[in-house]
Amino acid sequence: MRVAVTAREANVESQVDQRFGRARYLIVIDTETGDTEVHDNEVNLNAVQGAGIQTAQNAARLNVEAVLTGHLGPNAFRTLSAAAITAYTGLQGTVGQAIEEFKAGRLNPVDSADVEEHW
Amino acid sequence: MDRTIIAVASGKGGTGKTTVATNLARVAAIQGLEVSYLDCDVEEPNGHIFLKPEIEKTASVCVPVPVVDEDKCTACGKCREICQYSAIALLGKTVLTFPNLCHGCGGCILVCPTGAITETGREVGVVEEGMADGVRFVHGKLRIGEAMSPPLIRKVKERILDHGMAIIDSPPGTSCPVIQSVRGADYVLLVTEPTPFGLNDLKLAVEMLRVLNLPFGVVVNRADMGDEAVFDYCGSESIDVLLRIPDDRRIAEAYSRGRLAAEALPEYREVFASLLKGVVDARL
Repeated sequence: MRVAVTAREANVESQVDQRFGRARYLIVIDTETGDTEVHDNEVNLNAVQGAGIQTAQNAARLNVEAVLTGHLGPNAFRTLSAAAITAYTGLQGTVGQAIEEFKAGRLNPVDSADVEEHW
Repeated sequence: MDRTIIAVASGKGGTGKTTVATNLARVAAIQGLEVSYLDCDVEEPNGHIFLKPEIEKTASVCVPVPVVDEDKCTACGKCREICQYSAIALLGKTVLTFPNLCHGCGGCILVCPTGAITETGREVGVVEEGMADGVRFVHGKLRIGEAMSPPLIRKVKERILDHGMAIIDSPPGTSCPVIQSVRGADYVLLVTEPTPFGLNDLKLAVEMLRVLNLPFGVVVNRADMGDEAVFDYCGSESIDVLLRIPDDRRIAEAYSRGRLAAEALPEYREVFASLLKGVVDARL
């Protein structure tokens, strides 16, 4: 399964970026093969508005089935839902740790945003 | 067509825009001029507190937002590409619209090849109009929770008559609502205060007006406090300082009671009359 994690730096040792829409990078990891891809999200880092919607569409284009992040706003959640991408919030620590938590089945998907718009 | 549009703006909030704009409107009316006061600070309009108008007309203002007919949509993505505000998303064959992000430009409707997008209205606020003792009064009130003020400001400004004088009370800052408010003015008064904050934000406002190519001058409020840096800056930039309003406790007391200095303190009627003359002369 392809999973995207929001990241502050371009490697799996990076801290999880707490902001979904304005995350610096999306790191996509294939949980079966362990293959890792780094995708730059800087354009949304500086978006005037709608960063969560754009980042969610990026995640959809990257063909992921799940995203792991810190916090998720309502517009991003709605966009991910339309793309049938499962969202997991509240992740702390590194990207690698987040993936291990996910693979171990210790995370629960969210069914709504956990922060207000424009967080 | 003989009309004069004066906009009162400032980089920094709380410098005295409304004080200057309402007093100018009052002295213009006292002089028998045909004058309108238009409060474009639609997020927090307060000119009515001082001018005390009787509101005669109220009109709702809506912006068009898109509605997508999924039967006609081919998921081509053109609407998403043209939208600069991320108000349309496309996921597979599903189009999502985000009305709160929509600026109502109508671009998506124009580019849709199958005519799948139509407009519906979203109310952003109201425009109210009335009379205030010889001053024609107009203001906009933005709906609480609404982020999109420029379309409402545009509607307030559509009430400017094609004759007489119009005084625009602008919101503070240098962003879209301010540009929408001052655009088209014949002269802009920048109100500031002689403090480091006042100077910093005055510089930003001056840069904005130079880009917009609008003539302007400065009013320094509470002019005998703070420091000289605002005056030094205006001198070095050859910017006219049209008026220095003293740090007079009586003005603050009148303000706190919702009274105009030009009414409560007769000597200030002359002060604002001289400012009005200064603006009209500067414009000629």
